[in-house]
Amino acid sequence: MTAETTERAGVGRTHRRTVVAASVLILFAAVALVGPLLYPYDAIATSPVDRLLPPGSRLEDGTLAILGTDQVGRDLLAQVIAGTRVSLQVGLATVVLGGLLGLVLGLLAGYFGGPLDAVISRLGDMQLAFPSILLAILLAGVLGPSLLNVIIALAVTRWVIFARVVRGSTLATRNLEFVDSARVLGAGHTRIMVRYLLPSCLQPLIVAGTVQIGLTMVAEAALSFLGLGVPADQASWGATIANGRDYIASAWWIAAVPGLALTLVVVCVGILGDALQDSSDPKKKVSA
Amino acid sequence: MTGFLLRRLAQSLLLTFGAITIVFVVLRVIPGDPASLMAGDEASPEQLDAMREEMGLNDPLFVQYLEHLADVVRLDFGESWRLGGDALTNALERMPPTLALAAYAMLLTIGVGFPLGVYAARHVGGWGDRLVTNLSLVGQALPSFWVGLVLMLIFARTLDILPNRAEATPTGLILPAVTLSLPFLGWLARLVRNGTLEELGKEYVRTARAKGLGSRVVFNIHVVRNTLTPVVTVFGLIMGNFIADAVIIEVVFAWPGIGSLMIDSITNRDYAVAEAAIVLIAVFYIVLNMLVDIVHAYLDPRTTLENA
Repeated sequence: MTAETTERAGVGRTHRRTVVAASVLILFAAVALVGPLLYPYDAIATSPVDRLLPPGSRLEDGTLAILGTDQVGRDLLAQVIAGTRVSLQVGLATVVLGGLLGLVLGLLAGYFGGPLDAVISRLGDMQLAFPSILLAILLAGVLGPSLLNVIIALAVTRWVIFARVVRGSTLATRNLEFVDSARVLGAGHTRIMVRYLLPSCLQPLIVAGTVQIGLTMVAEAALSFLGLGVPADQASWGATIANGRDYIASAWWIAAVPGLALTLVVVCVGILGDALQDSSDPKKKVSA
Repeated sequence: MTGFLLRRLAQSLLLTFGAITIVFVVLRVIPGDPASLMAGDEASPEQLDAMREEMGLNDPLFVQYLEHLADVVRLDFGESWRLGGDALTNALERMPPTLALAAYAMLLTIGVGFPLGVYAARHVGGWGDRLVTNLSLVGQALPSFWVGLVLMLIFARTLDILPNRAEATPTGLILPAVTLSLPFLGWLARLVRNGTLEELGKEYVRTARAKGLGSRVVFNIHVVRNTLTPVVTVFGLIMGNFIADAVIIEVVFAWPGIGSLMIDSITNRDYAVAEAAIVLIAVFYIVLNMLVDIVHAYLDPRTTLENA
């Protein structure tokens, strides 16, 4: 085997892995979109006779509980499907919100520099001075449990990461010749930022955003696990895992299933993020 | 070097001040009426008025902020209504268990991660190498609180060889320490692996080989020593992450550290303690990062020139 074929084989394997990861994510997205309609979850409907049934059991009314039931007899599959929607919603909304905030502040800081840059960058430094999960916990605790509050708490802790990425690419681009020529032709600040600097920030921003979706979903699950995330009448993987903690000896599936789902999604998002990173790096591109 | 130290110290002080300010904004400005946040929904209007007066909430925000800063500088975070006594004392008392847990996890991370990374570098493409790559990928993606539960299920409930709650015994801390170290173990191993491979390609390795030293000697004496440098600097980073992640792991394993204290305080609206705990963790984190930079500058003086 020559070095070249080994490399090709490696690229093929990476490619296959990316396709598998993307397919898994599309599946989860589909489940989040239509799942709750086909297989509705009701947080209030409890059925004491059906409590703590293992996966594959028949319920009292004859239906099959593929993933079993929880401590009050609610179907675990329906609960995990409903949790998928919450998890993906929080992941996407947080990254979009945090990403937009980071994009605007990063562009301003990178383009204007000077005191504005100093204020924005120092603010970011201060925020990163303590672990982001602590700030998210504190914010979520003060704001109270709701889906929107979780998104706000997490977006506030993420904007710095995006702002740094955008500021970096803005700094790298703003003195290039095409920007200078635009300035000479009379383009204003807004036009230069939006038309000439913004496009060069998008690629790194998307890579950073992809990675953050996975991390945000873990953070949401952690907040809900601690009881500071989404309210009790909405299913969340983290909240279901917290329920399962008390029944870990008698009903392991309650904690195991949502955790597996979360892990699978986060690993797949990570693989996709790596692939995006590689494809944006011309040095790693292999000519076909 | 002295200039660098002073600058770094000033920066850390500024960051501490920033952290205190951010916590103030979250607790006092965002809620609109901190008195009703802290007193709960059942408080009567008279109680709320008394509380607002006591907390100085009728003063302008800026005055409140300055008074708060003055209190914090005097290490006065207020009283804990739930635990009784000074909030900071309560928080400080819960710091040693967290540090013990983090130290245990650090021992595991370095004790297993470093040899694993060296092994992977010696046998590129082998099982050890693949293990390191996959461990660093999956280890960081796994939600740590869930891993803790799974370990608890396997080792405490099913095999029954370890306690399912954290205990102050040698075996009692194994599960939380493993949970805490898992994401960083693979990461460190990969870092050591890549560092070792990079060192192996350098010229001094060829020189050492050329003067007749055996490959084992070159590896163990020269290469491994040079890969230790990055390990020293990531030590602080990992430690900081341990303190942050411990917040959730402590809740999972019911370990009475500062993290579980913080969560308890937030859910019970005991914000004086919550604030003392979070500021304490932040200061710890900032000091650690400062020490990392100083050690780094000491080991590699080029970093100081860059920052100067």
